Amino acid sequence: MKSYSRTLRTLILGSTALALTAVPATAQVLAITGGRVFPVSGPPIDGGTVIVTNGKITAVGANLSIPDGAQRIDASGKWVTPGFINSSTQLGVIEVSQVSNTRDMSARGKDNIAAAFTVWEGLNPNSVMLAPARNEGITTVAVLPAGGLVSGQAALLNVVPGTTTDMIIRAPIAMVAEIGDASSAGVSSRGELVVKLRELLEDTRFFQTRRAAYERAETRDFAASRLDLQAMIPVIEGRLPLIITVDRASDIDAALRVAREFNLRIIIGGGAEAWMMADRLAAARVPVLTGAMNNIPGGFAALGQRQENAALLRRAGVAVALIGNAGGGDEEAFNVRNLKQEAGNAVAYGMTWDDALRAVTMTPAEVFGVSNRLGSLQPGRDANVVIWSGDPFEFTTRAERVFINGREYPGMTRQDMLTERYKRLPNTYNTPGVR
Amino acid sequence: MRAFVCVMLAVSAGCATGRAPVTTIPPRTAADSTGSVGLGAVSTPNADPFPSTYAPYPARTTVIRGVNIFTAAGPLIRNGAILLQNGKVAAVGQSVDAPPDAVVIDAAGKYVTPGLIDSHSHLGVYASPGGSALSDGNEATNPTTPHVWAEHSVWPQDPQFPRNLAGGVTTLQVLPGSANLIGGRSVVLKVVPSRTVQGMKFPGAKYGLKMACGENPKRVYQTRGPATRMGNVAGYRSAWIAAEAYRRRWDKWNTDRKGDAPTRDLGNETLAEVLRGNILIHNHCYRADEMAQMIDIAKEFGYRIRSFHHGVEAYKLADVLAREGISGSLWSDWGSFKMEALDAVRANLALVDRAGARAIVHSDDPSGSQRLTQEAAKAMAAGIAAGIPVTEEQAIRWVTINPAWSLGLDDRIGSLEAGKNADVVLWSANPFSVYARPEKVWVDGALLYDRLDRAQHWRTDFELGFVPFDRN
Repeated sequence: MKSYSRTLRTLILGSTALALTAVPATAQVLAITGGRVFPVSGPPIDGGTVIVTNGKITAVGANLSIPDGAQRIDASGKWVTPGFINSSTQLGVIEVSQVSNTRDMSARGKDNIAAAFTVWEGLNPNSVMLAPARNEGITTVAVLPAGGLVSGQAALLNVVPGTTTDMIIRAPIAMVAEIGDASSAGVSSRGELVVKLRELLEDTRFFQTRRAAYERAETRDFAASRLDLQAMIPVIEGRLPLIITVDRASDIDAALRVAREFNLRIIIGGGAEAWMMADRLAAARVPVLTGAMNNIPGGFAALGQRQENAALLRRAGVAVALIGNAGGGDEEAFNVRNLKQEAGNAVAYGMTWDDALRAVTMTPAEVFGVSNRLGSLQPGRDANVVIWSGDPFEFTTRAERVFINGREYPGMTRQDMLTERYKRLPNTYNTPGVR
Repeated sequence: MRAFVCVMLAVSAGCATGRAPVTTIPPRTAADSTGSVGLGAVSTPNADPFPSTYAPYPARTTVIRGVNIFTAAGPLIRNGAILLQNGKVAAVGQSVDAPPDAVVIDAAGKYVTPGLIDSHSHLGVYASPGGSALSDGNEATNPTTPHVWAEHSVWPQDPQFPRNLAGGVTTLQVLPGSANLIGGRSVVLKVVPSRTVQGMKFPGAKYGLKMACGENPKRVYQTRGPATRMGNVAGYRSAWIAAEAYRRRWDKWNTDRKGDAPTRDLGNETLAEVLRGNILIHNHCYRADEMAQMIDIAKEFGYRIRSFHHGVEAYKLADVLAREGISGSLWSDWGSFKMEALDAVRANLALVDRAGARAIVHSDDPSGSQRLTQEAAKAMAAGIAAGIPVTEEQAIRWVTINPAWSLGLDDRIGSLEAGKNADVVLWSANPFSVYARPEKVWVDGALLYDRLDRAQHWRTDFELGFVPFDRN
């Protein structure tokens, strides 16, 4: 949670509106000095400096000379990392999950195929869920569609206020398919589910090579609509990865077979039993998005669920990006911020600390093809930087300063406002925090 | 969202056809001699027709020394020692005398806490691997079902139990779900292997009664009612009116034994026991305004609410909760998943604690239940960030002595003091660190979990062959 004294100071100096607006850095150049810097792309630097110029990182190292006119930020005793990336969220597309008209993460599609669905088009950049995530060091999120066999396309966004256009880093970053549950895909068994996925891939291939005939209505019927087939083309061309949400080891095996057959680039999402397939996933260079906070054999497809999953995969050489998987508390929106708890638990269950940090920064950036912009502190990267009061995975540690493209957005969250309002009982109904 | 899932599952739940567990019911001491009336026809206060058969597992005298001890009854004892003997905490302090037969554990740098207590669990009633066959937590056939008892749904082979023990949890309250206004009796269980639920029941623990406010009942019964919050309130009051009449009839008959005994009614019997103070109320309620109404209903009928569960708005009513002596069984950071959960704040526990009410970290979730100290740590950190000082000594109470109080068991468990049950957890590090894990867990002095001794790990029947690894 944000420092109240700092937010209050902001509010006292200005107006409530100020807290809701981006506060541009007073100088074009920022120098974050004296911190324990974790570039992720290289070893940590004690007493390191990070120089940010016009929203980009321009230098990282020890004993750097600070440009004249730079705004100095003293990070002595603090830890400095890249902004955290949560690789599987529904931030901005679910506000109140039990209020149906605030749920915009699923498409009806046709016959459980919704490849054309671009989930970010329905995203609410004014969601009150954004600030809590950002204030706790999540600077970037992947927003994934959900449901059906092919759920649609995912986007990678910075957690900044403004418009969706302002937020988008890359869209799409992946197509999402779910092959874990036959009934939600409208078929009777796991095998039939794979048949249906193959049919879609074959039809896409056919559609791609017979476009002219299709336009003349001289082709046979396809398993999906024109828009869906078109959206699948980058997938079969290997240009757009396919995130396959799946838990059971045998289903992961099936996904690997399909990927080989069609030359797809796939990413396993969830992957409760992925550790049982670790060597094959490593050999096929298939990354896995998974968490470290669930060991419940919650269904017959997840009997092998365990908290060591991420660590075992990493040890086998699989690229792992951590996501929320505790299964209880809204980790797709309200608790996107709990990614650091996943990382800490990954360490408690066998992952190295460095790998855990990588799994919330550089690895997701690589998986989604944006490592030239995000995920590490190197010259040329976007200045998504967090200054932590200590080890970022510990509960008592706070994200003290959060920069996205070199800017801070220090507003109070809705929860902060409620807390302020009810700190003294009976409460008043004035604007909280404004004296 | 477990709460949501529970209710959804309930709607499609099939009915279980399993056999009753094979249990030998020991002969009861005849509480009364009613002549022609059989025991089962008489409504007797504090009757115990499914008595606990729990017997502690074999225990060895144990000393843990050189260890940091959160007693939940005072300041952290650094580099201290604790003696477990005859199933009880025999001594705790800077040092203890180790009897010659004691197992001595040198635990330098590690931490000891009381066994953790989760006041809100559905283990066994929503057992893994889930599905309708194991969905036994909501008798969603009528909005008022005080006649059902959660223990009759508990599957002792739920693989979630050993995971909970490995998370340091030694006592659970298993509740019915929140589909109903009055959902039925809860049961307090020890997290121990057993063939039967009776073998897990905490001897002498009071029953709880689950009540639920707000959205869940009115959603589940939308077509038949209650369909509104005012319908909910009318439902509670109608039930208590009938129960009070029932209590009077039976209390009179139990006193004078004149004439025919009144007809026994399971639902009213449970409610009458609440009115007599023999069953504790555990009330699922999110919003402050609804909690205030539930307090008025309790006053109208002369019972007390022991704990509001979920209480995401407890911080708005913290002064009232303190005044009324009602605890808050709360999440550290769940919220926003439905309208009545919209105003969740992470400082909830800290604000409730500061107001002088008992704050409790509860889980309502088989996964979160394994990380109660992590949840407490988040709530503590949020309090501190909001300018409310919270110490680790305070936060440990949220997962130990406070939930013990909510179950009426604070004289036996929840703190490490001489004479208390030896429910103890040895942690690899400070339990409020994300990196800490339980290494050993004792229940009544018996070592039931040892992370390093895999051969001794409790594996449920279900796990055999199905779960493809050795859990640690």
